[in-house]
Amino acid sequence: MRLISFGMILFLFWLSLSGYFKAFLLTGGLLCTLFVLYVSRRMKLLDSEGYPAHLLAAASTYWPWLLWEIIKAGWSVTKAILKPGRSISPVMTRVVAGQHTSAGIATYANSITLTPGTITTGVKGNILTVHALERSGALDLEDGGMDARVSRFERGG
Amino acid sequence: MILLDVASWALILAGSAFIIVGALGILRFPDVYTRMHAASVIDTLGAGFLFAGLMLQAGFTQVTLKLLFILLLFFFTGPVITHALAQAALHAGLKPEIDEDRRDRLRDGSLPDAGRQP
Repeated sequence: MRLISFGMILFLFWLSLSGYFKAFLLTGGLLCTLFVLYVSRRMKLLDSEGYPAHLLAAASTYWPWLLWEIIKAGWSVTKAILKPGRSISPVMTRVVAGQHTSAGIATYANSITLTPGTITTGVKGNILTVHALERSGALDLEDGGMDARVSRFERGG
Repeated sequence: MILLDVASWALILAGSAFIIVGALGILRFPDVYTRMHAASVIDTLGAGFLFAGLMLQAGFTQVTLKLLFILLLFFFTGPVITHALAQAALHAGLKPEIDEDRRDRLRDGSLPDAGRQP
């Protein structure tokens, strides 16, 4: 099941990059797809961590939310850059990742890094070490709003 | 379509502005960690707005799809690279210039119910 859906995604990806619909080239694309499928199965890449297909539906609401967070955070970093004088208050802190799977914790850590103004500098178990450009950014993370949102995403909502 | 052109140029200019602001931040901020925050404005807001503008220029074509793939690639590899850079700097013993160290609010290491299953 996982194999078939991954194969379809791979072939669609090949199609959208090539844009050619001649029989010879299509066969070539199909052969490439099958080869990649064979290799990824052999390397056991298609587990729930390497190919989290079950999170695809949840991602459709999570990504827009994350995009808006990135825009808000990016704007506050932009203001910090343009404000004259010392406008930053760098802080390092630790936060708990409430997720239960590796894919969930990785999503949370990457989301923190992706939003400007906060960077995950280390992960041990479910404790993330974070460097924040502004104190308010660190306090927001400690409040756990993003953590709760990622946990909801991990559960598939 | 004049409206589409206006919207796409507004997005392209906004993206370019964020890239310049990010570059300014890299020059202004004091150490490697704070400079990375400025760089992340470039590869999220800068690249994002710029690509959105370019997609409007391309319309419903294969080019737009390819631009989307490049953007997705940015958004998946960007944080990994940033994280690797920050951790490498910490491992090399480079101390971040910080106003407040709140790291001791939690002990380093796992809680009892730390999730590790895939």
